Amino acid sequence: MARQSLLRKERPVRAAQAPAGRAQDLDRLIHERLRLGIVSALAVNDSLSFSELRRLLGTTDGNLSVHARKLEDAGYIACVKSFDGRTPRTEYRLTAPGRRALEKYLAHMEALIRAAREK
Amino acid sequence: MGSVKPIREHPPEPAAIQAHALDHLRYIRETMEGASSFTAVPGFGGIAMGATALFAALIAAHQSTADGWLAAWVGEGVAALFIGLFAMARKARSARMPLFSRPGRKFALGLAPPMAAAALLTLVLYRAGVMGPLPGLWLMLYGVGVVAAGTFSVRVVPAMGFCFMALGTAALLGPPGWGNWLLAAGFGGLHTVFGIVIARRYGG
Repeated sequence: MARQSLLRKERPVRAAQAPAGRAQDLDRLIHERLRLGIVSALAVNDSLSFSELRRLLGTTDGNLSVHARKLEDAGYIACVKSFDGRTPRTEYRLTAPGRRALEKYLAHMEALIRAAREK
Repeated sequence: MGSVKPIREHPPEPAAIQAHALDHLRYIRETMEGASSFTAVPGFGGIAMGATALFAALIAAHQSTADGWLAAWVGEGVAALFIGLFAMARKARSARMPLFSRPGRKFALGLAPPMAAAALLTLVLYRAGVMGPLPGLWLMLYGVGVVAAGTFSVRVVPAMGFCFMALGTAALLGPPGWGNWLLAAGFGGLHTVFGIVIARRYGG
């Protein structure tokens, strides 16, 4: 149910369907600043733990948890839970669709800048 | 008379879109740079530096003169510097980052001053004929450099620096005979153990 409402609200727009350079066609899922931060941080690391991401992005446990879950539900990041001794450890990594989404988002941003310069 | 409201909101001005997009691109770049400091420290480089340090400790232990002992460790220091630079360049390349991007610069700037101080103090003490404090001095200053350079990295990096500082304290306060083996434990053992942890957890 939660996933359905997420998909209804923040379904990513496929770049193939959307002409580049239109602000309304942005992938809303990673357009949100903290989610964009999560994806960007994971793009340059094989994996990062929950506490590393929280420290890096300067956010709270609850906020990070909510936004990471949205990215996880969309298949952009993968989460592996394990134990380091008795301490639970949550590791995140970027999936192939997540990396593609970030690349498309970057291309889209660049296209927006180009389009704005041409006007 | 009621006010007229447009059915559609006006699209944002091109300049505003451009500023917004530039802000997002800047945020992505800064986040990537901040996050890549997690990977700027090369784990495999640490393992290689540990192996050469253990080899240097064995050679140094078999030297009959203080000059021979010093030459073995200075040679190891030069070799470790090149291994470290090579490993950082390799890791930066694999992360598609230039070596001296912000994380690389931060790490180098944190580590370089204590290393320069160690080199100068080594020269001064060597000229004065005082070799006893050298192992403690090297371990302590390297530890200080790693703690400073690793401030913005994963916790394992400054933790390694504190371990070096602890060994440096033991070398400075302990019997002179411990020096060579504390150097082996630090530059050999700590580099190897932390190198394995960094390589396994933080991509090489």
